[in-house]
Amino acid sequence: MPPGILTLAADKVTLSPANTGFMLIASALVMVMTPALAFFYGGMVRVKSVLNMLMMSFISLGIVTILWVLYGFGLAFGTDKGSIIGWDSHFVGLSGIGLTQLWGVSNIPIYVFAVFQLMFAIITPALISGALADRVKFTAWALFIALWVTVVYFPVAHWVWGDGGWLFKLGVIDFAGGTAVHINAGAAALGVILVVGKRIGFKKDPMRPHSLPLVMLGAGLLWFGWFGFNAGSWLNNDDGVAAVAFVNTQVATAAAMLGWLAYEKLRHGSFTTLGAASGAVAGLVAITPACGAVSPLGAIAVGVIAGVLCAMAVGLKYKFGYDDSLDVIGVHLVGGVTGSLLIGLFATGGVQSKAKGLFYGGGWDQMGKQAIGVASVLLYSLVVSFILAKAIDLVMGFRIEADEEIAGIDQAAHAETAYDFTGAGGGAMARKGPALGETLTKKVDA
Amino acid sequence: MKLITAVIKPHRLDEVKDALQAFGVHGLTVTEASGYGRQRGHTEVYRGAEYTVDLVPKIRIEVLAEDADAHELLDVIVKAARTGKIGDGKVWSVPVDDAVRVRTGERGPDAL
Repeated sequence: MPPGILTLAADKVTLSPANTGFMLIASALVMVMTPALAFFYGGMVRVKSVLNMLMMSFISLGIVTILWVLYGFGLAFGTDKGSIIGWDSHFVGLSGIGLTQLWGVSNIPIYVFAVFQLMFAIITPALISGALADRVKFTAWALFIALWVTVVYFPVAHWVWGDGGWLFKLGVIDFAGGTAVHINAGAAALGVILVVGKRIGFKKDPMRPHSLPLVMLGAGLLWFGWFGFNAGSWLNNDDGVAAVAFVNTQVATAAAMLGWLAYEKLRHGSFTTLGAASGAVAGLVAITPACGAVSPLGAIAVGVIAGVLCAMAVGLKYKFGYDDSLDVIGVHLVGGVTGSLLIGLFATGGVQSKAKGLFYGGGWDQMGKQAIGVASVLLYSLVVSFILAKAIDLVMGFRIEADEEIAGIDQAAHAETAYDFTGAGGGAMARKGPALGETLTKKVDA
Repeated sequence: MKLITAVIKPHRLDEVKDALQAFGVHGLTVTEASGYGRQRGHTEVYRGAEYTVDLVPKIRIEVLAEDADAHELLDVIVKAARTGKIGDGKVWSVPVDDAVRVRTGERGPDAL
């Protein structure tokens, strides 16, 4: 992402209609990634908890939007304070921003930049939810999202992308969120599951995905939305960099899908749909930081390496005994680290910046910077997420009751059933409840 | 009267149904079932995690028949359901005390 420079209307720069249109479309594309993620995850859980999985993502659309408007945008992208956080009173409530106040080199309204970045802030905590399938209180999760974006996402976004943020100044390359989004969410997932623990029956009961078509639909929509996520992160299309990012996104994703499929065919004997969907997402994750730094050939390398590494990494949870239910760590943390570090090898120095990786004559310099970016975001997110989860667990309990978990969290948390398979349309099976219009009272506090 | 129950491979349902119709059976009940016999289950792999699926999808057909027809009906079903491969299923019959047609109240063999 290019540096954001606040330009006032008095400076007589004119708004770019082309960039503004491009960025509004990109923002809408990134928005659809959160529902897409909901389906990607929702298809992977068992039938009794698909609604909760969907809701864990959808609730982020609600909560983070409001917090972003109130103070999130100011913390992430306001005037830099000591390289670690931003603040700008004009940004509170997005109310002190003029219609013609423009953002940075791209000459788009600040409103457009704010809504584009909002979509990133929404999907990042939603990514964490995959590690917590079937077993956390919905209220505890909602509270976690609010606290986590406030003390983890908003500051980290400032470090990485804020004008004056310390990782930005250091020269860490993160085009669209390899550190701020994927490593951040993956490390947070690890921090939270260390507090929350395993699903009942982990490693004993079969926990097959209940709907692979939903997983494929979600993965396809993620792939589609990711063009906005990556290409849009250049904030303009004045110089061709956004186009390279777009191409690299497609290329790395294709390569990663093939890499994952090849690995599992050799290792387990079949090309699986879940492998294709997972490989595609692994490629999207890995190319996210790198899509403005590498050539299309470099993108093939990033994709294949990420596809194979992530396919190997998803098995580790059984070995170590932690229940990263839908492999947030195996795909997003491992994929994010892979893509971020490979910039140190494959950066050509000819796209977003002049920084060159090892294979293009730049030595180990960029790799060193990438490693600092990876390690600092990983450790900060891991530690703070663990503390937040522990605090929530002490105050209100993070998990639902065991009997609720066994019966299915959809009933306990949402009082709904995802699919009605009864021949009688459900009516014959349901006990008569209160008449229409009467209030249905319920005591479950999940 | 006899109750004939057949547990068969799902894709043989149409053949069995046609064969029963050709024999003159007027009604049957079909249920989606799952289970295993000597076939046992199969293995599925999700992100490298192997699951042994013991219970295989099956179709259960139930037919009420007169005593005189029961023996031959078993053969009709077996012939239509057989593929020769493991997992073809099982057919059995048990005696039935009584039966009533709900609409008319007819009892016994008249209700069939």
